[in-house]
Amino acid sequence: MAVAPERKLDLREPTGWRRTSNSIATALMVLAFVLVIIPLGFVLYTVIAKGASAINWSFLTGQIPPNVSPPGQGGIGPAIVGTLEITGFATLMAVPLGVLGAIYLNEYGGKGVLGRVIGFMSDVMTGVPSIVMGLFIFSIWTIHFKFSGFGGSLALGCLMLPIVIRSSDEMLKLVPDPLREASYALGATKARVTLTVVLPAALGGIVSGALLAVARAAGETAPLLFTILTVTTVNKNLFSGPNTSLPSQIFVNASQPFVGAQSRAWGAALTLIVMAFVLMIAARIITARFTRYSR
Amino acid sequence: MAQADPAGTAGSARPLSERRPLGDRGFQILALAAGLLVLVILVLIAVSTSRQASSWFSAEGLKIFSNNWNPAANQFGALAFMYGTAITGVIALVMAVPVSVAIALLLTEVVPYRWAQPIVYVIDLLAVVPSVVWGLWGILVFAPWIAGIYASIASAVNGVPVLGSLFGPPTSGTSFFTAGIILAFMITPIVTSLSREVIATVPVIDKEGAYALGATRLEMIRGAVWPHSQGGVVGAVLLGLGRAMGETIAAALVIGSSATITSHLFAPGYNMPSVIANQFGEASGVFQAGLMGIGVLLFVFTIIVNVVARGVVARSARRKRGA
Repeated sequence: MAVAPERKLDLREPTGWRRTSNSIATALMVLAFVLVIIPLGFVLYTVIAKGASAINWSFLTGQIPPNVSPPGQGGIGPAIVGTLEITGFATLMAVPLGVLGAIYLNEYGGKGVLGRVIGFMSDVMTGVPSIVMGLFIFSIWTIHFKFSGFGGSLALGCLMLPIVIRSSDEMLKLVPDPLREASYALGATKARVTLTVVLPAALGGIVSGALLAVARAAGETAPLLFTILTVTTVNKNLFSGPNTSLPSQIFVNASQPFVGAQSRAWGAALTLIVMAFVLMIAARIITARFTRYSR
Repeated sequence: MAQADPAGTAGSARPLSERRPLGDRGFQILALAAGLLVLVILVLIAVSTSRQASSWFSAEGLKIFSNNWNPAANQFGALAFMYGTAITGVIALVMAVPVSVAIALLLTEVVPYRWAQPIVYVIDLLAVVPSVVWGLWGILVFAPWIAGIYASIASAVNGVPVLGSLFGPPTSGTSFFTAGIILAFMITPIVTSLSREVIATVPVIDKEGAYALGATRLEMIRGAVWPHSQGGVVGAVLLGLGRAMGETIAAALVIGSSATITSHLFAPGYNMPSVIANQFGEASGVFQAGLMGIGVLLFVFTIIVNVVARGVVARSARRKRGA
C-alpha cells in the first residue's frame, strides 16, 4: 500500500459526478427507509390513538352490541375468547406436526428425493393464499360438519404448518453434528438422540419460530370468514356452533358507517396488535437467550 | 453408564444397524408422516376445491374467462377479477420493489451492524401489523385522505394522452390504486428480507476488490453486488408478487368492490381474493361454485409464481456455491 507506483495514480477522493452520484444513491436508500417508516408510524399512531380511548375492562369482557350502538357500549369479549380458543387449538395441532416434519427433513430424509420434494413443497405451501385455505376447509369440513371454531383452527393450522416446518428446520440445521455423534457413540437410538439431544439444543429457536407463526395466524381473517362466521355472545365450545375472532370482528365493523362500530374496530385492532407484539417480543427474548447459550 | 454387554453383541448375527427397537422405527414413521402431510394437504386443496367448483367450470366452460360477472343474471365470467389481481399486483411491485431493494442495500452495504438490527426490527413491525388492520386503516383513514390527492393528480393530467386515461377523476378513495399501495406496504418486509439474504451472500472479496480499484460505493454495488444477486432478487420479487396476489382482507376493504375492467387506476375495482371474501357468504349454487373456482384459479396462479420463484432462488444459490 505504501509503495509508490511508477505511473501517477489518482488516489484522491472521487470527485465530480462519481462522488455526487454516490451521495445521491446513499440518500435514496435512506429515503426508502423513511418512506416505509411514515405509513408504519401513521398506522400505529392511529390504532393507538383511536384504540386506547375505546379500551377498558368492560370493553375487553363485554358482549358484542349491535352495530348502531354508540361508543362505550358493549365490548369484544367473545372475539377475544374466540381468538384465544381457535389460535390456541391451531397451535396445538400445527406446532408438534411442524416440528416432526422438520425432524424428518433434517434428521431422516433431507438429502433424498422425497425429503427435497417435501422441503420445496413446504416452501411453496407458505405461499398459498389464506383465503384459499379458508375455501379448502370450507369444502372438506364446514360443508359436512357446519360452522365451528374447530374449522377455523384447522384453517389456521394449515397456514402455520409450513411456517413452523421451515423455521424449525433452520434451527435443527444449526445443531452441531458432534453432539449427535457423541450420543450415537454412547449407543443411543436415533429417536433418542433426536428427542433428548438435538431437540433440546434447538428448542429456543424452535419456540421463537413457533411464536412468530402464532402471531401471524392470530391476525388472519380470510381463513375464518367461511369457517366460523361471527357471533355476538361468547361461545366456549370450540367444536360446535359458530364462533368469532378479533380479526373477523374488525373486518365486519370496518365497513360499517356507525361511529360506535368503528370505535370498537379500533379497540379490537389495538388489542390484536398488542397480542402480536407480545408474541414477537417473547420470540425475540427467547432467541436472544438461545443464541447466548449456544455461544 | 453400564459396561457394554459383550455376550449380547456377539450372540446376534444381525448387524447393529438392523437391531432397531420398535419405538425408534415408529418415531421415524411418525416424522415421515408429518412431512408427507404437507404434500397431502396441497393435493387435498387442489382436489376438494376443484370438486366444489366443478359446476362452475362445466356450466361456463371457457366463458369463465369472459368479462361478465353478474350473479343476478346467472353470468359468472371472472376476467375482471384476474385483471384486478394483475393490476394491483403490478402497482404493488412497482412501488415496493425499488424501496425494498434500496433498504436491503442500505442494511448490507451502508449502515454498520449495530444499526442494521434496529432497522430490521422496524421493517419486521410492518409484517406484524395484521392484514385486517391495514384494511381498517386503509378504508377509514388512508382512502379518504388520498382521494383528494387523486383528484388533484387527475385534474393535473386531464387531457394528457396516456396519463389522462390512467389517472382519471376518482369516485372515492377506494380503488385499484389504493389497494396497490396498501399491498405494497404489506409485501415490503418479505421482499426486503429475502433480498437482504441474497445480497448478504456476495463474497466480501468481490466487494473489497471493487473498493481497491477505487470504486465508489455505488460503483461497487453496480459492479460487484448486483451481478451476483440479480437472480436471487428476481426470486424475492416473484415471492412478493405471490403474496400480493393472495392478500385478501386489506384489498377487500379498500379496492372499491366493482367488477369492472378499466384503464383508470383510480376507479373502484375487484381482485380475485377480495371478491371471494365479499361475496362467498351470500352465494349458493353456481354462484358459490364460481367463487370457489376463482379460488382454484388463484391457488394455481400463486403455486406457479411460488414454484418459479423458489426455483429461481434455489438456482442462483446453487450457482453461487459453484462459483
